[in-house]
Amino acid sequence: MAIIRTQGLQKNYGQVQALAGLDLTVEPGAIFGFLGPNGAGKTTTIRILTGLAHASGGRAWVAGREVTAGDGEIARHIGFLPEEPAFYPWMTPPEFLDYVGRVFGLSATERAARSQELLGLVGLTEVSKRRIGGFSRGMRQRLGVAQALVNQPEVLFLDEAVSALDPGGRKDVLELIERLRGQCTVFMSTHILADVERVCDTIGIIARGRLVIQAPRQTLLARYTLPLFEVEADYGFVTALRTWAEGIRQQQWVQSVSVEGLVARVHVHDVGMAKRALLPSAVQAGLLLRRYEMLRPSLEDIFLRLVGEGASV
Amino acid sequence: MNFLPALHTEWMALWRTYRLLMVGVVLLLFGLLSPLLAKYTPELIKLMPGGEAISQVIPTPTIGDAVGQYVKNISQFGVILALLLTMGAVIQEKNRGTAAIMLVKPLPRTTFLLAKFVALALMFTLTIALAGAACYYYTWLLFGALDVSRWLALNGLLLLFVFVYVALTLFCSVVAKSQFAAGGLALFLLFTLGLLGAIPGLGDYLPGHLLTWGSELMMGGSTPAWPAVGVSLALMVVALVGAKLLFDRQEL
Repeated sequence: MAIIRTQGLQKNYGQVQALAGLDLTVEPGAIFGFLGPNGAGKTTTIRILTGLAHASGGRAWVAGREVTAGDGEIARHIGFLPEEPAFYPWMTPPEFLDYVGRVFGLSATERAARSQELLGLVGLTEVSKRRIGGFSRGMRQRLGVAQALVNQPEVLFLDEAVSALDPGGRKDVLELIERLRGQCTVFMSTHILADVERVCDTIGIIARGRLVIQAPRQTLLARYTLPLFEVEADYGFVTALRTWAEGIRQQQWVQSVSVEGLVARVHVHDVGMAKRALLPSAVQAGLLLRRYEMLRPSLEDIFLRLVGEGASV
Repeated sequence: MNFLPALHTEWMALWRTYRLLMVGVVLLLFGLLSPLLAKYTPELIKLMPGGEAISQVIPTPTIGDAVGQYVKNISQFGVILALLLTMGAVIQEKNRGTAAIMLVKPLPRTTFLLAKFVALALMFTLTIALAGAACYYYTWLLFGALDVSRWLALNGLLLLFVFVYVALTLFCSVVAKSQFAAGGLALFLLFTLGLLGAIPGLGDYLPGHLLTWGSELMMGGSTPAWPAVGVSLALMVVALVGAKLLFDRQEL
């Protein structure tokens, strides 16, 4: 049985339709990457699923409870980390976690133990006596992860949780998320494809308020893989590269060609044909090459194909 | 309902951010100064150039002047402090994001609002009690003893007067989009109630009349103003219920 399910979920902000009938299913235990360009409806979906916003239409269930009913029952079963978590600046991390523990009805002993455990998990034990007001963004994000885990949630919602962090901070938080595999279901929205490729086992792509596709990561990569060749010309061959690219675009074995500076990216239908014909045609066109390479297509290629070249990633 | 953890946090916030201390000091100061000013204002005027002539037409200060000064000071500064400390209570948390991070947890929005109101009400109860005790002591020293039960009744009416503005400003903090808009709206309500209170007949039913009743009580008069008490309680309840109903419908 799905742990998260939405059925025709809609959300309108005046004339703007943020969600246009979203149908989504997330299996228990998954680390689900909810991927989409800016403004696609990712945050709106999370706000509805966590009870912070009301749907304009459709229904949604989380951990077996209907969230669109608005009875607040879901609160005991979820954890939530927004993009920029905010805290009471005058509190210390243990005080904030203690407050959260009290809200969840934990006893004093349970709260003290949980607080210590979580501060250790997110690496904030050494600064536990400092006030949160003086914390860096990365430290607040770590504390955000800790507060979202106090109740050992069945579902953890992360809204662009690592997007604004520096590479070190992002690595740490992603490692934390990876450690949660098997403990709870993680629903992670992001527009950073590398993060999704790194930790998520299932991916849903949303664009213009609708789900474009949802599949396990490997299935998605396998299904939408189009072999890709990159050809990099030497300096001074920009015009020649463009002329050659226009020429091969007409070939039947070529799916698409794009040129950026000195690099041409060629998606092909027939790898064998491409291997035989691509390099000779470049040489014949008088191109001097610096690099010729067959690449494994990335999630970014799939994403751009599915949501359209105009999407901002 | 998680009321106690929320109230504990609100109380800690008042303490750690020095708001409790600030309100305590301001009201205590006015509690102490009211009888002193009533007693020594004629003496101070005498020291001014030409003050001798003026002081002859000023009547000898009485216990009523001390009480009047106290009621004026505490009601004015109590309401100003109520507005300043309440106007950001909800809107700041909504804009900063702390409301969202706490309200996805099993903390009902009603509890969130009620804890804020009760914490502020407790703070004003404590600080007005302090100011009242200080004023009582100095009045006793300078003018003579006051009737304790009537003094308690006066302070109870002052508290109710301040509570009305805490509740109204909390409502404004839920409705407004910014802290200053909430303050402006609360100020508008304050002036509106003040203007309505100046209308003969109508004023007897509004919160401002609580102060008149309190002062009269201390002077030995006993014209009760129960309608004003009823309207004040009703205003408080309407503001709090209205805030809850609106807050429940808002998205964070």
